[in-house]
Amino acid sequence: MAKERSLSPEARSILRTQISRRAVLAGAGGVGAAGLLAACGGGGDSASAENTVRWGNWPLYLDFDEESKTYPTLVKFSEQTGIDAKYFEDYNDNDEFYGKVQAQLKLGEDIGYDVVTPTDWMAARWIRLGYAQKYDAANIPNKVNILDSLASPSYDPNRESTLTWQGIMGGFGWNVEKNPKGIRTLDDLFAPQNKGKIVVLTEMRDTIGVILLGQGVDITKVTEDEFMNAVDFMAKKISDGWIRGVKGNEYAEDLTSGDATAVIGWSGDMFILASENEGKFDFAIPESGGTISGDNLIIPSTASAAGKANGEKLINYYYDPVVAAEVAAYVNYVCPVKGAQAEMEKIAPELATSEYIFPTEKTSSRLNVFRSLTPDEETKWAEAFQQAQGN
Amino acid sequence: MSFPKVRVPYLLLLPGFAFLFTFFILPIINLAQTSTQTPVDGGDTGQYEQTLAFSNYIQAFVENKEQFGRSFLYASLATIFALAIAYPLAYAIAFKAGKFKNILLVLVVAPFFPSFLLRTVAWKQILGEEGFVVPGLRSLNIIGEQTTLTSTSIAVVAGMTYNFLPFMTLPLYASLERIDPRTIEAAGDLYANGITAFRRVTVPLSMPGVVAGTLLTFIPAAGDYVNAAILGSPNTKMIGNVIESRYFKIVDYPTAAALSFTLMVAILILVTLYIRKAGTEELV
Repeated sequence: MAKERSLSPEARSILRTQISRRAVLAGAGGVGAAGLLAACGGGGDSASAENTVRWGNWPLYLDFDEESKTYPTLVKFSEQTGIDAKYFEDYNDNDEFYGKVQAQLKLGEDIGYDVVTPTDWMAARWIRLGYAQKYDAANIPNKVNILDSLASPSYDPNRESTLTWQGIMGGFGWNVEKNPKGIRTLDDLFAPQNKGKIVVLTEMRDTIGVILLGQGVDITKVTEDEFMNAVDFMAKKISDGWIRGVKGNEYAEDLTSGDATAVIGWSGDMFILASENEGKFDFAIPESGGTISGDNLIIPSTASAAGKANGEKLINYYYDPVVAAEVAAYVNYVCPVKGAQAEMEKIAPELATSEYIFPTEKTSSRLNVFRSLTPDEETKWAEAFQQAQGN
Repeated sequence: MSFPKVRVPYLLLLPGFAFLFTFFILPIINLAQTSTQTPVDGGDTGQYEQTLAFSNYIQAFVENKEQFGRSFLYASLATIFALAIAYPLAYAIAFKAGKFKNILLVLVVAPFFPSFLLRTVAWKQILGEEGFVVPGLRSLNIIGEQTTLTSTSIAVVAGMTYNFLPFMTLPLYASLERIDPRTIEAAGDLYANGITAFRRVTVPLSMPGVVAGTLLTFIPAAGDYVNAAILGSPNTKMIGNVIESRYFKIVDYPTAAALSFTLMVAILILVTLYIRKAGTEELV
């Protein structure tokens, strides 16, 4: 999803301290900023041992216990399997992470991770280039638990080498005081009270996706002309002073500080903002539809046989509905595991009915997946999107 | 002693040369090579081959001249502001602080112990809607309801000025501190008033500090992208932001390399001209 979750594409992991998602959203900028300088930092663990699994994931994307400073579900995994799970919150940005490990992948040298968590489109690139290993299906019996809607993406129709970690909805977020009627359409977003206080996501497929949907374009089949047209629309809104910034997770901080009153944002962030600020903020899937994407658990081609087997055990473990519910209760993104909703009722009934975590059929039907791009398109479209932001 | 005497100094220099070769020369060569590559036909994202496409430079420059201009403008402004703030500060510490000199010097540097990023983010809070600056200026009717300070060039230049201030202050202090006060007294004895003495004696004697300080501020400021990224908006992007986005977002390594090279050469030319004019005899 390209959440520059907590740390912006630019500054992330330097400041990675162990804080809860909530704490981070409260002061998101700091963490967000850290990415800037960390862009080239190394990560992972060079030692791949028989009995360990090394997992690189986005920051604040796994249940974390403030008091013991541990990840409860991961600790349980180690207890159950005897596998030492090493967890690295250093997947801060799809492009950045790819830039970091790409040379080693090409040479077939260990990248320091047995499991990584790229977003759909990046996962597609890994598969295309042969950087993702196929799972041994026997090791992941829980694979059947994946939600039907996520079971056959175009880049991996049978889910042979990817499984969704969490799903992310992209839509409108807003400050309720400034937008008492809420935001459902692009016109609502670009209403006078929000002028100069709109922030959109750095994630091209979410920002342009929502704009395209608003323009009535089907993003599962979007053409280059339609895309460029939407980019021009965004560029115009930037130069006319409507949009103040194009950001990663830091948009949450801008909302809290009052610098932003309306955003194109992600469900999980908005859920937490809303619950932390007593209803001061709200989120909705646009009338014309929102985007959905997923981050995927992938075993890199460079993982050893032992690393792969341990990675598969880890993936299988997280596809157990009980475990998935525990994770979802913390991260608040769309839970990809069947049966987790029932488990959630046992641990946090108020979350079991949350549309953010378990969208209903009706909601799901309004979510769209941005179509896969060819390598040429990927470069060209990214370039146009970056240039529209002044890059 | 089996070595002929002449060789010894060179041998002693060897580790230094080896370091420079590995961490400066080799990367530069690599950068130069990358800058003239073009995408492989039918290749995947991020796959490039050498085709000696020097046109990359022209295209990269033409597409981003605005950001280049902005980088040099912001860096110049930040340097001027930093000089304006640092000179009186360094002067006061050097001549008026007495026994507090050392403490004051520590105080100048102290805010710079925490991370550069944290400090920049702090500025975002200070200039933000809920900081004290914006409501203060609003209540004084200096700025209107709709005016904000973050996401403006003012914020970017302010952040840069602040972040590079110690690099200006310390060399200035070092030169000012070295001035023999008797030279200023002598100016007084020759009927120079305070201003004249300052202009004719103190300023010229502190020039090495001014030159060093401005270079130490301008060079990193021109390549900076953190301030523009955190405090700016899409309309205040600098060349550093473009390079970052080309490299990490678009995975367009050749353009990123060509831009880096162009920036490096541009700074080199400007600095050479400046040093020629200012003179380096007394630098350091």
